Amino acid sequence: MNTSTVHPEIPPPADLVDRPNYLNAAYGLKSWLLTRDHKRIGILYMISVTIFFALGSLFALLIRLELLTPEGDLMQPDTYNRVFTMHGVVMVFFFLIPAIPATLGNFLVPLMIGAKDLAFPKLNLASWYVYNLGGIFTLWAIFNGGVDTGWTFYTPFSTNYSNSYVIATALGVFINGFSSIFTGLNFIVTIHRMRAPGMTWFRLPLFIWSHYATSLIIVLGTPVVAITILMVAAERLLHLGIFDPRLGGDPILFQHLFWFYSHPAVYIMILPAMGVISELVAAFSRKRIFGYRFVAFASIAIAVLGFLVWGHHMFVAGQSMYAVTIFSIMSMLVAVPSAVKVFNWTATLYEGSISYETPMLYALGFIGLFTLGGLTGTMIATLGIDVHLHDTYFIVAHFHYIMVGGTIMAYMGGLHYWWPKISGRLYPGFLSRLSALLVFVGFNLTFFPQFILGYLGMPRRYWSYPPEFQVLNVLSTAGASILGVGYILPLFYFAWSLKYGKRAGENPWGAVGLEWDTTSPPPTENFPVIPVVTREPYDYTSEEVHRRTTQEAPVVYQLD
Amino acid sequence: MKQELPLFPEAASHVAPQVDSLFFAWSAISLFFTALIAVLILYFMVRYRRRGVDEVGLPERAPNWLEIGWSIVPLVISLAMFAWGARVFYNIYRSPSNAVEYWAVGKQWMWKFQHPDGHREINTLHVPVGQPIKLNIQSEDVIHSVFIPAFRVKQDAVPGRRTQIFFEATKPGKYHLFCAEYCGGEHSRMIGWVYALEPEQYEAWLAGGPAGKSMVASGAELFQSLACNTCHRPSGNNLAAGVAARAPRLEGLYGSQVRLLDGRTLVADDDYLRESILNPAAKVVAGWQPIMPTYQGQVTEEQLAQLITYVRSLAGPESGSPGNAPADEGR
Amino acid sequence: MSISLTDPQAHGGHDAHPSLQHHFDTLEQQKEASTLGMWLFLVTEIMFFGGLFTTYVVYRSKYSTAFVAASHTLDWKLGAFNTAVLILSSLTMALAIWAAQVNRRKQVVAFLIATMILGLTFLGVKAVEYKDKFEHHHVPGASFEWHEGGHAEAAPAQADFAKHVQLFFSLYFIMTGLHAVHMICGIGVLAFLLMPSWKGRYNSAYHNPLECTGLYWHFVDIVWIFLFPLLYLLGAHAK
Repeated sequence: MNTSTVHPEIPPPADLVDRPNYLNAAYGLKSWLLTRDHKRIGILYMISVTIFFALGSLFALLIRLELLTPEGDLMQPDTYNRVFTMHGVVMVFFFLIPAIPATLGNFLVPLMIGAKDLAFPKLNLASWYVYNLGGIFTLWAIFNGGVDTGWTFYTPFSTNYSNSYVIATALGVFINGFSSIFTGLNFIVTIHRMRAPGMTWFRLPLFIWSHYATSLIIVLGTPVVAITILMVAAERLLHLGIFDPRLGGDPILFQHLFWFYSHPAVYIMILPAMGVISELVAAFSRKRIFGYRFVAFASIAIAVLGFLVWGHHMFVAGQSMYAVTIFSIMSMLVAVPSAVKVFNWTATLYEGSISYETPMLYALGFIGLFTLGGLTGTMIATLGIDVHLHDTYFIVAHFHYIMVGGTIMAYMGGLHYWWPKISGRLYPGFLSRLSALLVFVGFNLTFFPQFILGYLGMPRRYWSYPPEFQVLNVLSTAGASILGVGYILPLFYFAWSLKYGKRAGENPWGAVGLEWDTTSPPPTENFPVIPVVTREPYDYTSEEVHRRTTQEAPVVYQLD
Repeated sequence: MKQELPLFPEAASHVAPQVDSLFFAWSAISLFFTALIAVLILYFMVRYRRRGVDEVGLPERAPNWLEIGWSIVPLVISLAMFAWGARVFYNIYRSPSNAVEYWAVGKQWMWKFQHPDGHREINTLHVPVGQPIKLNIQSEDVIHSVFIPAFRVKQDAVPGRRTQIFFEATKPGKYHLFCAEYCGGEHSRMIGWVYALEPEQYEAWLAGGPAGKSMVASGAELFQSLACNTCHRPSGNNLAAGVAARAPRLEGLYGSQVRLLDGRTLVADDDYLRESILNPAAKVVAGWQPIMPTYQGQVTEEQLAQLITYVRSLAGPESGSPGNAPADEGR
Repeated sequence: MSISLTDPQAHGGHDAHPSLQHHFDTLEQQKEASTLGMWLFLVTEIMFFGGLFTTYVVYRSKYSTAFVAASHTLDWKLGAFNTAVLILSSLTMALAIWAAQVNRRKQVVAFLIATMILGLTFLGVKAVEYKDKFEHHHVPGASFEWHEGGHAEAAPAQADFAKHVQLFFSLYFIMTGLHAVHMICGIGVLAFLLMPSWKGRYNSAYHNPLECTGLYWHFVDIVWIFLFPLLYLLGAHAK
């Protein structure tokens, strides 16, 4: 197999194999399960989220198979309802929300700011265990038959009518929320208090700005959905009536409380992805991100404005005219910082020095797909259109463009970019580019037809549908199978690279950033000496690049 | 076997063309900007591809005018679209005064419709073309949603509330009706058809089928069978015989001002009538005792609708009667 | 950005404070990080209780008469007593920190124990109140009964009024129950601090764990200060 294109003059240092790094620092299960090293915890998370992603993808496959034909013929409607619910619950709570922050974020935040670890390493490990505890509750529910309320748990169906494992799943999500809160809390304190000398706020990589903004949302929003879901579980168990109209309760109150978190949650999913894209675009254009400060402030603006738009999920639920008007205006406002980012990324390419490594392919794919997904978001934020499009496949297509075409592409791009740093290995260039292409093509074929289906009027969460919708559904399923192949291939070549991949030098991409100023993989304490930062971020000059990509190890290594 | 491949729904209502123009405008803008970004990316990728192993890009400072400019332009476009969309939204939800009322009740997993003259339908709804229609929507159990794609209208049916949508069919035809809020097991089969008929055909259809009792007539029956009339005596009864009335009379109540025990005044509208039947203690009329029992759980949503329609139909008291004065005036 | 490499700073080494964690450079940095962390955690707690308060406010305004009637059955004297107990416990908590600042080891332990006792007193009073609710059939669920005027011998009230009263009690139990859980966790943490305090671990140079625990304790106190008037004092002026 070919290996990716790296600087032709990098020789892997002869004694690289023997150098202490975080991977060979200790062996054995206990050293992993009781680690306090943020890098190992990042890898533990990577394994967990990959398992849940596989489970969620399996559910997606079942959905698309059922939808190949207009009649429901693969499974009972009740089963189908459980399958799409579990797809949503697993993908949202157990994959999309933690994926980038808990894997890449955990690994990179201390490295990028020049710290030895996060502020609370034990809390970090605890958050992984809490994630798995939540996962166990949810898996238990799944294996016992699952939940059929939709991932949105609308009342009174979830509290009074569903005959499924609502309480177990609700508890699983509740517990998982704390895992998220711990991570966010850790990031905020770390970024405030543990930056290396000279690392001022405006010298931080944009990845850090994004994760900071994400953490603000996590800390403010997650507790609200936690208490809401606890109330749903209590009501279901004890028939309290908080959301049951027959007992004086209000089902719309549930929707307000639920969406107050779940809208900001989508920004939890996209902001870290945007942070990754900023890093990728800068590295593969060998240029500072255009409009750095505007991009940094845009992250904060998205976090703040994201809390003010939740009602746009409820335009036809029976809100007052005033409420829907305000929420629609605010939703237009929140689109602007995202547009600003897209323009700045594109402008970064101008007069850049662009290479087409796999991470860059994912980044560029992200920009295109996120643009379309985001614009369809402003479409459905428009009141007159949303009446028709709400709860149709248009909405499904919109959020998959952002979450899959956006977040997952960025996650893949980030994995491919930092894989040499994380594992010390390089992966095949041709196969990885092929996977990126399959993902891009498969994705569009899967989800673009759904925009059309939505405007035609095909509602969401339908197990059977009118026959005239079949052709578009078949196209969508075909795309999904291509997309699946695109996701499976990296599992194989990443695993292959661990044993057979060419060893990576310190900085195979010639990128500028503190994480590239230490070995691949890094030592446990990240930097043998604490760096002092004196230059602006993304300060690419030819001399720097040459120095970085040809020098074996500018870091003087001190063995204890 | 001919495979259908529709790509755009029929536009069969008054607002459908408005929604469609809005949609086309937004689609054009979206495709424009997506294409712009895509073209720029592709162009830059080729024009600025790396030509030397150590080549770097040429950084420049982002000029403020550019940053502010490309923040303002999307903002202005989206706010303009907001305004347009809000107008279309108000058109969808604004009821013309000559709208005829129909009733819809959703329950797992079927739709029950009732025409103003009492015709009932299940999972189908026949409407005349060219007539503004107000559809009152209720749910018996969980949240459902009435969705007629060809009319571009949708409204959730929320238990415990009454919601409404308006539409005016413009083209005769047969159109899908879907439940658009997930409601459990057979959600995807809680579907049906809306038949828009030319007015003469609609009349013919009405005449052909069994005419059910009108809403008002059903409501009047319920008023008797539920013993409402033992306290809310119709006009001209018993006061003269010295038997104290126990409850305010309901003739002419609808739309009038009501003074409550706690000093508030309000207008007696549909919601007030509904609440007074289900939760009478909430708003007690001034001068009366709070003795009315609740009918929560004793009337279905349909029956509630019939009672409300009946009370609405009661004309004002004959001249000479003081209206809703309490019996013991001398207090 | 280029980096220049300084000499390895004397992180720790053998004269570092024994409480300094290896990933921090100075005790000061560790203290600031812990304190910021605790404040952030309290923000999450505000949002957590906030969801409940929002729900309460919505139904309070919708069913004001029923809520007032239900609130009248709560014993405001017990609630006021509990409020005083908690405020006093915040004082003892603050005194524990002061004692550490002036290196009075035994007083640290004494004040921590006093705080715990006051906390347990609060929980004891709550247990009495809960028992009273059980006896009056005011616990939501199958055995719930509501009579006009809140007394068992009066006539049963209208079904819908009773439902709204039950809603009040549902929220009462969830809110005070959640608060009690937080109190129990707080008492647990205090117990956990007793042994190190006895050993003199907390002194003028280092008492951050006490401060962070104090922040948490004061927060739980403040939540109660909001709960008390909202639950116990509805319509009190009209009584």
